[in-house]
Amino acid sequence: MQKAGSDSNKVTGPLWVNAEITYKCPLHCVFCYNPVDYATFGPELTTEEWLKTFREARDLGAVQLGISGGEPLMRDDVEVMVAEASDMGYYVNLITSGIGLTEKRISAFKEGGLGQIQLSFQDSTKELNDFLSSTRTFDLKSKVAKLIKEYEYPMVLNVVLHRLNIDHIQQILEMAEAMGAEHVELANSQYYAWAMENRKYLMPSRKQLEHAEEVTNRFRDRVGNKMKIYFVVPDYYSTRPKKCMNGWGVVFLNVAADGLALPCHEARMLPGLEFPNVRDHDVRWIWQESPGFAAYRGDSWMKEPCRSCPEKENDLGGCRCQAYMLTGDAANADPVCDKSPHHHLITEQVELAQQPQPPAAEIKPIILFRDDKNSRKLAEREAAHRDDTTPVT
Amino acid sequence: MSESSGSKLSEDAAVSLEAQFRFQFEPAQDSYVLLYPEGLVKLEGSAGEIMKRVDGNKTVSQIIADLEATFPGVDLRQDVIDFLEHAYAKGWIRQ
Repeated sequence: MQKAGSDSNKVTGPLWVNAEITYKCPLHCVFCYNPVDYATFGPELTTEEWLKTFREARDLGAVQLGISGGEPLMRDDVEVMVAEASDMGYYVNLITSGIGLTEKRISAFKEGGLGQIQLSFQDSTKELNDFLSSTRTFDLKSKVAKLIKEYEYPMVLNVVLHRLNIDHIQQILEMAEAMGAEHVELANSQYYAWAMENRKYLMPSRKQLEHAEEVTNRFRDRVGNKMKIYFVVPDYYSTRPKKCMNGWGVVFLNVAADGLALPCHEARMLPGLEFPNVRDHDVRWIWQESPGFAAYRGDSWMKEPCRSCPEKENDLGGCRCQAYMLTGDAANADPVCDKSPHHHLITEQVELAQQPQPPAAEIKPIILFRDDKNSRKLAEREAAHRDDTTPVT
Repeated sequence: MSESSGSKLSEDAAVSLEAQFRFQFEPAQDSYVLLYPEGLVKLEGSAGEIMKRVDGNKTVSQIIADLEATFPGVDLRQDVIDFLEHAYAKGWIRQ
């Protein structure tokens, strides 16, 4: 991987393109990281527009392509995208809930050269899975897992952990083993977008985390190499921030369903930045010239305590979106860092997570599910907030 | 992934790339690369030359012979075996 800011005259990358080809989704996950106002976005890119985007990014040297969403299988042109992108030389990753993955489709993906399928699961027990994704999908996903094996794909399972399912970790791991999973990512939800709205219901307590890690370690010892398990704790429990996206505009290019090009999944929310659309500009200009992608590249944008911090190259000050959401300024240090004067905003939330919470059944009527209706409501709230904070000139 | 760690490669059996890997030359990096789910490894110099010959048909001995024909006068045998053992242990290739 290229180092951020190692050569300021030459912008390298991107290496990884993530195509959020649609925000349509049959699930309504409460921890979804799609933008909360997705329901108000313009039309999705056409097949041709996607292929043009893939080609332009490939010309810059991008090698990994993620096809995600929403649920990408809601579109019927994924087969074309997979085949064309593989031909271009991409390693193509399909990131799916599995809903809509029929034998006919998986066979076409295989034929087209799809590299891997990453299957997400909300939980191991049908009841909680259905609650958290708000649909009856668990049986279907188990069938899809079998299909993935039959077509000789590695079984890559992605389970989002949070307060309401983390105590089921043993069952989740047993389910993964029964399905023949080779890679299991147990990642705690990160608090962006929908998960930020639902943060207080999703953040696990310290005790829950310790228990989950203990169970995971024991399981790891038993299964050995046949199953690789990654456990990711919420960054709120750290004192140093993550090197978000490996740096702004360094390796990762996210393209939203409406064509907006972004340095990460969440950056659309940042005020004062105008991100380019692949309909209006080619990827080379977007990546190398556009002000949006240059904004937080390298470290010249940093303020204190980051600017003079000896560790600044390790984490590049953390996540711009998290800094903005919590402190109101994207150029501040990510408050996860305990050198940040805003670190108390993190520790206060962590302390809150140690308090008892009502059981899942009581949370269900009040937690915010990701759907079009809620999205429009949140979009209105965001718009009102923007009007309130627009300076009068 | 194959349960390959610890076992040795046979010199007389064909080697092929593991199913989920993709090997190609990348002009942007001026190097051969191995692509796998969400990642890549650069295979520079001899590593790229060796991997280029892993095609599911050639045996380890044939790969050595082919390389020695391409680069005459160099004893490559141990280098090739070392790299292929490494690739096998990493789960990049199978027999």
